[in-house]
Amino acid sequence: MSNQVALTGNEAMAQAMKQINPDVVAAYPITPQTEVVQMFSQFVADGAVDTEFVTVESEHSAMSATVGAAAGGARAMTATAANGLALMWEIVYIAASTRLPIVMPVVNRALSGPINIHCDHSDAMGARDSGWIQLYAENAQEAYDNAIQAVRIGEHEDVRLPVMVNMDGFIISHAVENLELLADEDVKEFIGEYTAEHTLLDTENPIAVGPLDLQDYYFEHKVQQAEAMENAQKVVVEVAKEYKNLTGRGFEYFEEYKLEDAEIAILALASTAGTAKAAVDKLREEGVKAGLLKLRMFRPFPAKEVAKALSGLKAVAVMDRADTFSTIGGPVFADVRSALYDVKSDVEVVNYIYGLGGRDTTVEDLEFVYNDLQGIVNSGEVNKRVKYLGVRE
Amino acid sequence: MSKKDKQKPGWKSIPEGGLILEAGNAIKYKTGGWRTHRPELDMDKCINCHFCWIYCPDSAVVSEKKEVTGFDHDYCKGCGICAHECPVDAITMVKEEPSTEK
Ligand code: SF4
Ligand code: SF4
Repeated sequence: MSNQVALTGNEAMAQAMKQINPDVVAAYPITPQTEVVQMFSQFVADGAVDTEFVTVESEHSAMSATVGAAAGGARAMTATAANGLALMWEIVYIAASTRLPIVMPVVNRALSGPINIHCDHSDAMGARDSGWIQLYAENAQEAYDNAIQAVRIGEHEDVRLPVMVNMDGFIISHAVENLELLADEDVKEFIGEYTAEHTLLDTENPIAVGPLDLQDYYFEHKVQQAEAMENAQKVVVEVAKEYKNLTGRGFEYFEEYKLEDAEIAILALASTAGTAKAAVDKLREEGVKAGLLKLRMFRPFPAKEVAKALSGLKAVAVMDRADTFSTIGGPVFADVRSALYDVKSDVEVVNYIYGLGGRDTTVEDLEFVYNDLQGIVNSGEVNKRVKYLGVRE
Repeated sequence: MSKKDKQKPGWKSIPEGGLILEAGNAIKYKTGGWRTHRPELDMDKCINCHFCWIYCPDSAVVSEKKEVTGFDHDYCKGCGICAHECPVDAITMVKEEPSTEK
């Protein structure tokens, strides 16, 4: 039995955490994630969960305590945003390389500086090479769904990796939406019991976690991580299918919106995908063959599938809500273009860096992008490969 | 890759995440290979205070029947702490020539 409710993204995420009922949560509040931790700590105080809640003095400690708990065999979670994620940095890598299946909602916010509390993806994109699986959500429903699936994905014996469940700050985290929550017992059954293969608390079989790993083995452990990411692709699909059976919702790596017969398309992740759908609908009414590929999974990157979905198009705009300052485009763009190189497709791919620091991105902005793509198709020319959408000169 | 590294197990057969699953295996790691200088004991000077034995970070000072008799070269890494701590200068660090690394 599911339950239709009106919740903000943060409330939905706190509900997901309540239903997951982790053994340990160690978290520190930071805008716009604060409510997740605040509400969850209320569940702890009310005895609604069995979780050991560790109040810490910083995000570095939050991730450290989460890693310690996970190494002790606990199902452990934390949550953060922006500068909080930045402060965790050192331990974020350690969580992945120690192969601890921690689930962490990240309520995406621009990294300082200049200081800003609003949405962009510079926080999570900065952690793209940390070895965490990354899922993105268009709305609160998807963020909730991703959080529950993340437990299964990360804990799978072929994966054993931490998962970052991303949700756009304010745009999703603070907006009320109509969504469906699963029944508590359905979540319990779906995620199952967690039994770590090796734990620090198993005194019968003592282990050492995090020992020095030098020239002779570090490299092999990194290849194991890469292999686990390969395996995650298969597991993400399996878990998505099972979740769809249960809820009727969701997709595997991405959602294709009116893409099948499209000539031009936008590739976007997170809430902007919803805005792009409105633009697609509008353009379709005018007879423009516009489509959208909404990416759900960014790490691992589903290169083959993305390339296949885009290779038949005439022009694609990749939307990046973070800059790499490489001067050759954002992080998503780099991966998409690289994926297309292998299929030797003629599709023109351009990049728009947009919405930094929470700059509003409207349906009109995305229509402008589609118009730009049409211009490329008509003229056969790309005058500028990487552009900043709607920035003032 | 060095010859020595080539003989070690590959990524498919080692524990994930750098975990060490076997307890008390530090004994297998012979730090003697690090040594560039070797401690030498002058038993005539030694007063058996056991300072060296206490301070040695690798438990490589050998004590038999309450007497310091020498060093375990499998584990002595040549740090010189024993020589530094000895109150009567009974230990001298001598350059290893040739290298003792196997
Ligand atoms: S040189 Fe260092 S390792 Fe060797 S016996 Fe002396 S104190 Fe121990
Ligand atoms: S510290 Fe010097 S005197 Fe004391 S036991 Fe060692 S070698 Fe002998």
